[in-house]
This record gives sequence, structure tokens and C-alpha cells, in this order.
Amino acid sequence: MSVLVFLENWDGKFKKLSFELISYAAKVAEMLDDKAVVLSIGKVDSSELEKLAAFGASKIISIENDLLKTLDDQAYAGIIAEVAGRSNAKVLILANNNTGKALAPRLSVRLRAGIASGVSKLPLSTDPFTVYKKVYSGKAFAHVTIKTGIKILTLAQNSFDLVESPQSFVLEKMDLQPEAGLMKTNVKDVQKQTGKILISDADIVVSGGRGMKSPENWGPLVELAQLLGAATACSRPVSDEGWRSHDEHTGQTGKIIAPNLYIAIGISGATQHLAGISSSKFIVAINTDKDAPVFEAAQYGIIGDAAKILPKLVEAVKEMKSK
Amino acid sequence: MKILVCISHVPDTTTKVKFINESKTLDVNGIQWVINPWDELALTRALELKDDAANGIQTVTVAHVGAATSDPTIRKALAIGADDAIRVNVETTDAYSIASHLADAIRNENFDLILCGIESSDHNGSTVGGMLAEFLGYPSVTGVSSVTFENGVPLIIREIDGGKEILTVNPPLVAVVQKGIAREPRIAAMRGIMMARTKPIKVVEAQGIDCLTEVVGYELPKPRAACKYVNADDAGQLIALLQNEAKVF
Ligand SMILES: Cc1cc2nc3c(=O)[nH]c(=O)nc-3n(C[C@H](O)[C@H](O)[C@H](O)COP(=O)(O)OP(=O)(O)OC[C@H]3O[C@@H](n4cnc5c(N)ncnc54)[C@H](O)[C@@H]3O)c2cc1C
Repeated sequence: MSVLVFLENWDGKFKKLSFELISYAAKVAEMLDDKAVVLSIGKVDSSELEKLAAFGASKIISIENDLLKTLDDQAYAGIIAEVAGRSNAKVLILANNNTGKALAPRLSVRLRAGIASGVSKLPLSTDPFTVYKKVYSGKAFAHVTIKTGIKILTLAQNSFDLVESPQSFVLEKMDLQPEAGLMKTNVKDVQKQTGKILISDADIVVSGGRGMKSPENWGPLVELAQLLGAATACSRPVSDEGWRSHDEHTGQTGKIIAPNLYIAIGISGATQHLAGISSSKFIVAINTDKDAPVFEAAQYGIIGDAAKILPKLVEAVKEMKSK
Repeated sequence: MKILVCISHVPDTTTKVKFINESKTLDVNGIQWVINPWDELALTRALELKDDAANGIQTVTVAHVGAATSDPTIRKALAIGADDAIRVNVETTDAYSIASHLADAIRNENFDLILCGIESSDHNGSTVGGMLAEFLGYPSVTGVSSVTFENGVPLIIREIDGGKEILTVNPPLVAVVQKGIAREPRIAAMRGIMMARTKPIKVVEAQGIDCLTEVVGYELPKPRAACKYVNADDAGQLIALLQNEAKVF
């Protein structure tokens, strides 16, 4: 039996999310007295694959088939289901990102495996198998019991701490072909942003709302973010107005994130905005209105004008960094 | 070409959720029910596609799994502009059973494009669209921010980490849609509301319920510690607190 964790890669590299997934899988395996097996699909160097062992993977299966360069939901689900069968997987773990959201439900049907998505903690119990997950966009949590023999969990990014537990491991290169005729997704073009920290990956996110008043005022916010190595984000009206690009929009209908630190500047804290950021470990609010709901979600707050406060923060960070 | 939009019926996004029955059941008292925001945008996009005659879309149908208490939500979708509706008459919160009932109800209806929202704002599952595709044996694309047609073939933008892919998939297919799919949800006009009264809702009886998961209880988030305020004149103090107390850098 095993706990199988599926990993994608980004141009041949893994990232923190990959290590979070393995750390999580290794802990779930420990609870079940099982082993964690990693399945990596796509072209990844052995040296990159070996990095995975540090987080508790006892076996790493790598499939590099060229046909699998494109994410085709059906083809991938077929391969993962096959590997799950071969490794007698009792629990399957994927990321709760667009890739995991594409594959986990198909696997659930293929394997007749109940699914709990967006888990952020270890299972509450293994018999019955009950997990803890966010519902109502963070306004509540549910205890969900999965009743099938095989269970599928998708893990929320930035929600599980890395646990280093180096293991001796086996690296197996497996040659599996997608089922004939199954590749139906034809990618014509890929457009990638480079050099920008992704909001979903960032440890720190600095975000501006309508209280920033106009797009020209973003300079000090961006400078603060750069100094902190942070990503920039915004509320929905800001992206709707075209003040900032759409991929910065956080909230219920934008990106749902869980950074260590979220700094909300001139954001009122509407429920739909908080739905996207309430899992942040620390929230800072800067707002002129002392009654703005964002202060109820924040651990640190400054009541005042963003235009005056931002330059002070920039100075303070520069000073901190110069020490 | 026929489009299906799957709609979920959820509490309005501003609802303060409460639970009853030893925290096992949502207290529905006073809740305003709406079309799940993503599904509403999916429906909007489907109608936009139909508006352009060049796309050759004959009908936009909505489908829902739920009891008759969801009919007002379905009528709202019809008022916004859907041509007809299918409701599978069963109450369940398990995504697998929802998707399997949906699949059974529409398998012989030959939809070319099925749109589902990326998540419902109640259980945040992100699973029904993918499951439905698997039950039907259709391809699926998840994280779709744009659908247009090029010579009868859907041209799709898929959002990936740090970028996008432009791709085509031959119908029939399931597209699981997210931000970008439509700008603002379309609103029902008076004429639409009048017309919706006579549009057909086909009710399909479900055969048994096959749930793979069960919610055994809910809890509310632990209250956060009260906010600690820094005086605006000493804003720089915040950085020291974040460094020394919160230890975020
Ligand atoms: C179905 C649905 C989904 C939605 N999804 C999202 C979503 O995903 N994300 C999202 O963000 N919103 C979403 N919204 C919109 C949401 O309800 C709010 O309208 C929005 O979040 C408000 O954005 P804001 O805080 O920037 O603006 P406002 O609410 O206008 O707040 C501006 C704030 O700035 C403060 N301010 C003003 N001047 C200054 C100053 N000089 N310095 C400091 N502060 C100042 C004000 O006191 C105020 O609190 C959604 C709404 C619906 C109905």
C-alpha cells in the first residue's frame, strides 16, 4: 500500500509547493503506516528529482513521455490511475491548483475514490478517514469523511509547512504511454510572464484597493513590494478599472492565496475580498476608516492615509535592510 | 451547436454562515440563494456566444441537481436568457453523486460544449466539472478564462501558473471556467423575467444516491486575536513589529 503524490513541474523544476505536497504525503503515510511514493510526469533531471527525497519520499517514479508535454486531462488521469493501481495507492494527493483541479475529479470517477479538496491540515482521523477543509470560502470549516477505499486529497498551497525527513529512496523511470487517441488538447501557443513573483507562490503579498485613489499612486506600493521580495496584488474594482492587471486580483472571484503576510492598503475588506486572503498567516490593514471590516481580519493595523504611510514603510524597510 | 451550463444554488456571498443540529447542518434561515458566481459568469459567456449568430449556437440549457426549492434559482437563469433547464430531483452535497446524476440526465442530449464554474462558493470543491467529463468520457479543460469559436472549434485560453495556454479541443467537451470568462454577470431584464415563467424546466427523477463523502460536522473559524494598532505617525514601527513579533522577515 502507499500514499501516492502527483507532482507537476515548471520548466523542469520543482518549487516549494512540490515539497509541501511531499511533506504532507509523508506525514499522511506515517499516520497510515505506509510509504509515500512520488509520481512526476514530465521532463525533469535526476538531480532535480533527487531533491524530493529530502522531504520523505521513499520512491520516486518519473514518467517523461513526450506525448505528455501538454496537460491533457484525460491522458494524465489515465496514467495517474494506472500508477495508482500499480503502487496500490490508498491515498492520492495532488495540489489544489488548476492542474490538481483538472485531474483529481477525473481520478475520483476512474478510481471510485471520494475526494476532499483544499485540505490544509493532516487528516483528523484515519479510521474513519476524516479531513478538515475550508468551506464557504473560509467562513467555515467542514469535517469530511471519505468513505471509499481509495481517498483523494488536494492540498492548499502554502498551508502545510515543509518537513525535512531525508530517506533512502528508489528512483524508477517508468515508460507509460497515454491511451491511444486520448490526447485531445492541442496547445497552439503558450504565453508566460517572466521575472514576476507569482501571487500564489509569494510569501509576502502587498495589495492595494480603491483607497489608493488612482493608478499613478502605485509607485511606493510597488517599491515596498520589491524591497520585501513580495508580489503585488489588488482588489477586484482595481483590476476592473484597469488600474492593475487582472492577474493581480485576489478574492473569491480572483486568486485565493495563503501567504505568510498580506498587506492590504486602502482595501475595505468586503467578504468577497477576505474570501481570497483569510488563510494568510498575518494580515496587515492600512485604511483611513477605523471601522473598515478589514481590521477585523487583521493582526496589525494602521488607521491613516495610504499616501502618507507608504513612504514611511518604504523608509523603515530600507533601514531594516541596511542593518 | 448546443451549450449546457451547470449551475449550483448557493448562499449569497455576503451571508454570515451559521450551523444548527450540533453543527452538522447549515442554518438556512434567512439565507438569500443565488446562482453560484462562477456559474453565473459561465452562463453569461454562453449567452454572449449565442448572441453572435456566426457561432451557430442553437440553445443554451442550464442543469442543476437539487430539490424543487432551487427552482427560483433556475428561473433566474432562464430570466437571464437560458432557453430551457434540466433539474435532477435529488438533494445531495457529495460532488460525485451530483456529477453522476448530471451525467445520467444529459448523456443523451448531445451537448457540444458544457460549461461549469471552477468552484461553488459553498463547498469550494472544484470537482463537479471534471467528474462530469469523466462520467461522460469527454475531454475537459480546467482554469478556462476565455472561450471563442474558430470555424466551429472552441478556442480556449487556459490559465496556468504564471501564464496562459491557447488551445483547441474538438467538441464535445467540458470547460471549467474561472476569472476572465465574462466581465460582469448578465442581469435579467423585465422581458426575460416574463418569458422565464413559460420556459420549460425538465425534472428528472434520480435513481438512488451514491455518496463517497459525508460532511460530519462544521466549525466556525477561531476568532483572530484583536488587531494591534500602530500610530500612523510612527508607521515605520509596523516593520519592527513584523520583524520581531510576527517574524515574517
Ligand atoms: C459575487 C461577488 C464577487 C466578488 N469578488 C471579489 C473579489 O474576488 N475580490 C475583491 O476584492 N472584491 C470582490 N467583490 C467586490 C467586493 O464586494 C468589494 O466591492 C471590493 O472588494 C471593494 O474593493 P476595495 O476594498 O478596493 O474598495 P472599497 O470598498 O471602495 O474600499 C476602499 C477602502 O479604502 C479606504 N480608503 C479611502 N481612502 C484611503 C486612503 N487615502 N488611505 C487608506 N485607505 C483609504 C476606504 O476607507 C475603504 O475602506 C465581489 C463582489 C461580488 C458581489
